[in-house]
Amino acid sequence: MSMNQTMTAELFFQQVPYILPEITLAAGALIIVLIGAFMGDRGSRLVTWLCVAVMLAAGAMAVLHMPPEQVVVFSGSYAADGFSAYAKLIIALTASSALLLSVDFLADKKLDKPEFPVLAMLATLGMFIMVSAHDLIALYVGVEMQSLALYVLAAYARDDAKSSEAGLKYFVLGALSSGLLLYGCSLVYGFTGSVKFDVISAHVAASRDIGVIFGLVFILCGLAFKMSAAPFHMWTPDVYEGSPTVSTAFFASAPKVAAAVLFARVCFEAFGPAQKDWLGIVVIMALLSMVIGALFALQQTNIKRLLAYSSIANMGYALVAIACGPEFGPKALLVFVSIYAVTSVGLFGVVLSLRTADGERVETIAGLSGLSRSNPLLAAALTMLLFSVMGIPPLAGFFGKWEIILATSSVGLLPLAIALILASVVSAFYYLRIIKTVWFDEPVATMVPVGTATALTLTGATFVLAALTLLIGLVGSAATIAGAGFS
Amino acid sequence: MIAVAAFYILSAIAIASAFMVVVARNPVHSVLFLILTFFTSAGLFVLLGAEFLAMLLIVVYVGAVAVLFLFVVMMLDIDFAELKAGFLTYLPFGGLIALILFGQFVMVGGAWVEKSVAAASIAAPTPAAAAVSNAEAIGRILYTDYIFLFQAAGIVLFIAMVGAIALTLRHRDGIRRQNVTAQVGRTREQGVEMTDPKPGQGVVL
Repeated sequence: MSMNQTMTAELFFQQVPYILPEITLAAGALIIVLIGAFMGDRGSRLVTWLCVAVMLAAGAMAVLHMPPEQVVVFSGSYAADGFSAYAKLIIALTASSALLLSVDFLADKKLDKPEFPVLAMLATLGMFIMVSAHDLIALYVGVEMQSLALYVLAAYARDDAKSSEAGLKYFVLGALSSGLLLYGCSLVYGFTGSVKFDVISAHVAASRDIGVIFGLVFILCGLAFKMSAAPFHMWTPDVYEGSPTVSTAFFASAPKVAAAVLFARVCFEAFGPAQKDWLGIVVIMALLSMVIGALFALQQTNIKRLLAYSSIANMGYALVAIACGPEFGPKALLVFVSIYAVTSVGLFGVVLSLRTADGERVETIAGLSGLSRSNPLLAAALTMLLFSVMGIPPLAGFFGKWEIILATSSVGLLPLAIALILASVVSAFYYLRIIKTVWFDEPVATMVPVGTATALTLTGATFVLAALTLLIGLVGSAATIAGAGFS
Repeated sequence: MIAVAAFYILSAIAIASAFMVVVARNPVHSVLFLILTFFTSAGLFVLLGAEFLAMLLIVVYVGAVAVLFLFVVMMLDIDFAELKAGFLTYLPFGGLIALILFGQFVMVGGAWVEKSVAAASIAAPTPAAAAVSNAEAIGRILYTDYIFLFQAAGIVLFIAMVGAIALTLRHRDGIRRQNVTAQVGRTREQGVEMTDPKPGQGVVL
């Protein structure tokens, strides 16, 4: 169903209910920023809780207002469907838990200003627009909205040279990738005569223009940068390491889901008939990401850098799911990225809980030595999360990879599945090294509790992950329904 | 006839002032010539019937960008003589780029005149200029069909504003700010002290 006629007041109000999640987030941000302005820095905790509440409400709204089949509103720029609704729910959940993790850390570092949660919420609004984008303008506006807020979050500890450097690096490279994206969009618009995904798809099906293919390559490169897939991953370790850890926790969860889902939507919806043209690009990006993510992580000593390479490898697995095409890909992608995002929040919850008695934050793997004896619960949670991200059954991470391998076997991309398994085995080495450090090395320091919000979120993420193992069938069927729209 | 005369006068001034932007010795004069270029270009847009673009040029470029340039030139201590030192060395390269740019414009114009551009690209989705002014035509599209994207673009600007404030605003202690309430609420007793100094002693402040 599509509403493509000229806009009238009546039609406008007919279409408004479909963008209620976005309106909630935007209106919420505008009101909350005022509350923050009037209350000053002492209102930052309240502002964080309000932002979390609004984000969760928006995510719930996206699912509750999900139309039974895809509805395209606002002159073809916004698609409301199961795919976007599922992604929005995951984005809202992981973004709000990442925000909860920030409370204690920011208060600790005297960075607790109301702008942090507001910017995180506006980034979430950008992600919502990204996953619902149905034309190139909405795609670009969503990506920019998300990125602009993330650049600020990266540089948020402005008195810290590393954070400023991370923000600047992210900004400059992000601007470059936006340039690639826009150049691709302009080529596609020039050769197809439209920015709307359905018109582009029809044009691609009818004729094969070399110009459109050029545009497609540039668009995919720009998006690969945003999801930090190799060979556009260079910024990731530096930005992850330099940014305040709470910002890194935010970067590693929800934006990855949004970028992967947008990547999939561009491939399946706008360029569905050109599958043979983008398949090669996606396969190469997937292979490179898996190899680089697995090999470069081996020599990292900083946990944040290690998790950066881990996220590159995981985005490689997500690209394998996208390579499986519109029929089998969406379900595997949604299951995988949702489990990955929850695990990522949990892992950063552990990292954010690592504070020694003299107030120092532990960021090196060596600093984790003997954590099992000083903080057994924290060590157990970390071990479970690492086993999950390795893909050890019966933990949830296994089912994420399992879905992707099933999808590859359905479309006959078995070499990719083998590469995925090999990359998982290699990366298991560095995850196991952390576990060995935690359980078998001599203790160096005792961690002290950092605060209730962090502990709560970490416990929540760990339990959700444990529960996902039991509810994996439910997640799978939800993802099946959500991803059915493309085939 | 008047239109033709206006075109030649405006374009002559535009080209001359654009040339002066580059060659003027005083950077403040360069910026002022830049503003003159914008004004004459706005006049050319009006002649073409694109009064919305003319307004944008005045409001955005003259009102904001050029004034910002002026601030930068006048506030920052930049040695423009040094910046211009390599003028002649870079002239051939700059000339080459200008030539390429000129060639591209000729190609675009030529393709347009030759009608080798796809008809769909030329067909304007806006109503005829006689029926409705183009500011109104753009407004009709922007606030109806593209209302969602228009509002989203507004949010992007909002993020830029919040981000700029979050990264740069510092509340430093020990700065004396103007407090209007305190100033107005000051009474004579607080502000004036009557003393009766003896000759040769002065007052203690």
